[in-house]
Amino acid sequence: MAKTTTAHGHELDRAGLSDDQLVAMLRNMLLQRQLDNRGFQLNRQGKIPFALGSEGHEAVQAGAAMAFARGRDVLVPYYRDLGLALGVGMTPFEILSSLFARDTDRNGGRQFPNHYTNKDLGVASISSIIAGHCTHAVGIAAAFKYRRESGRAVISPTGEGATSQGEWHESVNYAAVHELPVVFLVENNEWAISTPQSMQMKVANVADKAAGYGIPGVVCDGFSPIATYRAMHEALERARSGGGPSIVEAKCYRYLSHSTDDDDRTYRSRDDIEAHRKLDPVPRFEAVLIDAGVLDAAAAKALRQDVLRETNEATDAAEAQAYPTPQSLYTNVVAGDYRPWQEFDS
Amino acid sequence: MMTATAQQTGATVMTNVEAVRSTLHDALVRDDRVLIMGEDVGARGNVFLITKGFLEEFGAERIIDTPLAEASIVGVAIGMAMEGLRPIAEIQFADFIYPAFNQIVGEAAKTRYRSNGDYTCPMVIRTPYGGGVRGALSHSVSIEALFYHVPGLTILAPSTPADIKGLLNAAIECPDPVLFLEHKKTYRSVKGEVPSGYYTIPIGKADVKKTGTQVTVVSYGYNLHQALDAANRLEAEGISVEVIDLRSIRPMDKTTILASVRKTRKLLIIHEDNKFGGIGAEISAMVAEEALFDLDAPIRRLCGPDVPAMGYALTLEEEFMTSTEQMVDAMRDLARF
Ligand SMILES: Cc1ncc(C[n+]2csc(CCOP(=O)(O)OP(=O)(O)O)c2C)c(N)n1
Ligand SMILES: [Mg+2]
Repeated sequence: MAKTTTAHGHELDRAGLSDDQLVAMLRNMLLQRQLDNRGFQLNRQGKIPFALGSEGHEAVQAGAAMAFARGRDVLVPYYRDLGLALGVGMTPFEILSSLFARDTDRNGGRQFPNHYTNKDLGVASISSIIAGHCTHAVGIAAAFKYRRESGRAVISPTGEGATSQGEWHESVNYAAVHELPVVFLVENNEWAISTPQSMQMKVANVADKAAGYGIPGVVCDGFSPIATYRAMHEALERARSGGGPSIVEAKCYRYLSHSTDDDDRTYRSRDDIEAHRKLDPVPRFEAVLIDAGVLDAAAAKALRQDVLRETNEATDAAEAQAYPTPQSLYTNVVAGDYRPWQEFDS
Repeated sequence: MMTATAQQTGATVMTNVEAVRSTLHDALVRDDRVLIMGEDVGARGNVFLITKGFLEEFGAERIIDTPLAEASIVGVAIGMAMEGLRPIAEIQFADFIYPAFNQIVGEAAKTRYRSNGDYTCPMVIRTPYGGGVRGALSHSVSIEALFYHVPGLTILAPSTPADIKGLLNAAIECPDPVLFLEHKKTYRSVKGEVPSGYYTIPIGKADVKKTGTQVTVVSYGYNLHQALDAANRLEAEGISVEVIDLRSIRPMDKTTILASVRKTRKLLIIHEDNKFGGIGAEISAMVAEEALFDLDAPIRRLCGPDVPAMGYALTLEEEFMTSTEQMVDAMRDLARF
């Protein structure tokens, strides 16, 4: 792997990423953190009924998003993929429209926050049903293969808890048998609401399950965007060139409660969280880039301020939007005018 | 096999199973977005031989033998549909659709709705259902009531070869997910003329299979054919029964049912699925809401009894299935009411 000797003399293993790409990843991570906090704040202010954070997943998602080929790949996200959504091109205004459930939300305010859709960007719509969408990721990959659209792949992320689901298993197995271009990214944050990994599986790593499907499985450091980028880039390139699916497990952590409706003090020790705080990927990556001379402290500060400004502007803009009309409840059930009882001119 | 009359009218006589097969075949020829996927649809050609020879003709890319896992058969098809293909997923027997319940109800039916039209799910799920074939508990069920509660789904259950062709074509054209039910006892026992060339039948439109004046019967599936037999027998007694073939279960045809009920003033609903909470309950409620004062008799339903399934023993199967004699009696009673 090419290493760069920086002005400071520290070597940065940058996995082939340019300075601009490295800074883009940092910006994505800062924006994730800012938008995450904003969601929780708005909830505590009583302005929105629900929010869900990806705090602790920033590096995984910034790295995976950097490996995504815009205009070619498809992302079938799960509900904790704010950073992936941003990283593949969604805007803070879209995110906040969804948080505020406004008319400008592409789902028309129908879905929980974090359940995005943006077909133009290749972000597939999902339900809240854990792992149900993994089969869709496989189907999209099957369509790519059927149409001989090589150079395209699908990212199918989940948490580690989701890998207990039959549909996750069926998805990986189907993709393996049919050698489809899909990467199952597992964002292992150690918890599924209150259930620890040890209560989900007997193996130490989700990636170990790959052997049971006859496909590659790797573990990467989910606190490092570069490590996650490298693992995802390799898996996606293999998929895009006909090498079939793989599992990439990024070890990370969930710093916040599962959602604004959860209180993790009922099941998780503060010590556990504090221990992981030392690994916090956001300040750490900023320090790494400063240390490597990719940007200086002033530039990093400007980046943080810019992200805060963008978040504030998007918050105000989204909050000012109208709610979806009550009549919109009835649209898009099926194509056209929907009635279960059909009437004809007789 | 062509009969003389069929040749003249450009129609072919075929069984229901042949109608399914030839319609699928033509769809594969017509549109390369159409794929067939399921268990044993390839080399074996499906357990009823519906896709026999398709693998050789269309190749393994389009006739896909899937792993034995129904949730992914439907779920992978959903992904293909979201990405612009027109998959036809097969569930080998309706009894085995339960593992895919989440994918059908939680995912396919809501894809368009939850994305506010950003993504759609144009796919067909075909499955053989129904009993009277010594299929025992787990190869005989009717599943329509479990799904007809679900907005976003279309459910079709045609009973004749011509309707199968027209509605299967409509299902494949449909921009939303369709559950296509094929009564397996009618597969080889029902024959009829099928017009040649491509055509569709509008989804949601019932068909008056026999006109009459004294009693309206609404049915579908194998029961429909028994109801027609029963109605024809009653002609000899001077009792005139109108038989409506629902064909489409969701959406359902209000116009045809109400027009008939307002004419005959008597309604008998016959279906094989369990009575409690079945399709008949919804039809009864609709008629009560819209035409109560046009009725001269209470609505009657002849349906499967409230037991989990029909048994394997012939006695148990026969007890579950409504006999043609029971239909004759019910129609006669209503006519005389
Ligand atoms: C089928 C289903 N069962 C239960 C839930 C409720 N639920 C939502 S998130 C969650 C935990 C998921 O944990 P994991 O997959 O590890 O993802 P994480 O939230 O940790 O990112 C549960 C049980 C659900 N949404 N869907
Ligand atoms: Mg988890």
